[in-house]
Amino acid sequence: MSEPAQPAAPTPAPGGALVASPPSALVASAPSALVAKVRGEPFTELPLDLYIPPDALEVFFDTFEGPLDLLLYLIRKANLDILDIPMARLTEQYMEYVEVMRTRNLELAAEYLVMAAMLMEIKSRMLLPRQTMPDAGDEDPRAELVRRLLEYEKMKLAGQKLDALPQLGRDFFRVEVWVEQALAQRLPQVNVLDLQEAWRALLVRAKMMQHHRVTREELSVREHMSLILRRLRSGGFAEFGELFEPGRGVPVLIVNFLAVLELVRENLIEVTQSESFAPIYVKLAHAQSE
Amino acid sequence: MLSPSEVKTVLEAALLAAQEPLPVSELRKMFDEEIGADTIRRLLEELREAWKDRGVELVATASGWRFQTRVSYQKFLERIHPEKAPRYSRAVLETLAIVAYRQPVTRGDIEEVRGVTVSAEVIGRLEARGWVEVIGHKEVPGRPALYATTKSFLDDLGLRSLQELPPLEDIAKTLDFTPTPPPDSQPAPAPRSEPDSQAAPGESATAQHSAV
Repeated sequence: MSEPAQPAAPTPAPGGALVASPPSALVASAPSALVAKVRGEPFTELPLDLYIPPDALEVFFDTFEGPLDLLLYLIRKANLDILDIPMARLTEQYMEYVEVMRTRNLELAAEYLVMAAMLMEIKSRMLLPRQTMPDAGDEDPRAELVRRLLEYEKMKLAGQKLDALPQLGRDFFRVEVWVEQALAQRLPQVNVLDLQEAWRALLVRAKMMQHHRVTREELSVREHMSLILRRLRSGGFAEFGELFEPGRGVPVLIVNFLAVLELVRENLIEVTQSESFAPIYVKLAHAQSE
Repeated sequence: MLSPSEVKTVLEAALLAAQEPLPVSELRKMFDEEIGADTIRRLLEELREAWKDRGVELVATASGWRFQTRVSYQKFLERIHPEKAPRYSRAVLETLAIVAYRQPVTRGDIEEVRGVTVSAEVIGRLEARGWVEVIGHKEVPGRPALYATTKSFLDDLGLRSLQELPPLEDIAKTLDFTPTPPPDSQPAPAPRSEPDSQAAPGESATAQHSAV
């Protein structure tokens, strides 16, 4: 593993560089300043070989959002021109980090390895003799990488800018005057007529309920069967019509009629008629058998 | 017939009592007589002006007008409501930026820009916040969901439209280490430079051009 070809000391960012390197705490330029704290112990000097104490490596890598982020960091740290990346140098530095991660058996996201392969590929393509064909296909092998780095950096900065915008709930609150009506549940309006109508409906229903309950007791088919049998007990025939009392209403008539049918079905009475439209006579069944 | 200043007072009352931003169309419904949207807007501007020295301000967002506390007084209000809103991680913010500036995007598009896998949790947090939603599916194999930002994202950041998003930084400028900025106007055919040489201006312009 070779030493990364770095400028001796991290140079202060030149004017115009607005982007802060993400792990700036680890690469602070002033040697006396606190560089990092590892398990509570302050580090005031950067380790010369890898710039980071090994124990802080994991933390260090955590500050990167991926290989593009790491590449941007390396490019900026070494003051490389992103539009003219020295591939050999960048690849070497990138591989340093990746190698250290691998030898320390830290879990390395697959994306880092994919990027390593991509860097190698670009680097080797740069070494190949250039084709002199004037037409397309002769693109700088770095173009795609540069495009991705620029787009990523753009979005990274945009994310920071969005975060810097005042945010509801964080930097300001919605103002809302406490209006009771708006918050209380809206209740329906009631007027006198509604109340009258409700009372009337209640009365009607009460009547129906009452009526219903009484009829149920009154109009028992069984009871009417007994009544009919009682009337026929004296023996002999009764005229069919005599069994009914139309004055007591239709429901009673119906129940009475049902009672007659039921009695016939149970062979308790006999109903006879000599011819069509002749009077119908009813008598007890057993009375005949006597 | 209400006088303009009466209309203004009605608008003020409605906006103060509202729980959500009120659009001009909604505000117009309050009045029997026909009041033009332009008139309402002008009165709202006057109202905004009238509140300018107060602790709350009237602002226009994507969904309409609302009163809100001024950012500069937040540090005082926070002492009454000490629970601080958590900040989003870089992964969440970068994902949000990509959706906001490049919408509609698939998860694959986001991963392409960020160079890493985007966990479902990251998008889930933005969806839970109501800032990002699925607006359709890309008609390619797998039919990946297309994400876009919502109106409430704009509302919560006090923006009226996506046009008001902070402009994207010209990275080539911030990363330019030569004293003079690269001429980005002339698309000169780039002379091939050696891998480790300093950037030729023409090369810079080409790379910049291809990056857009």
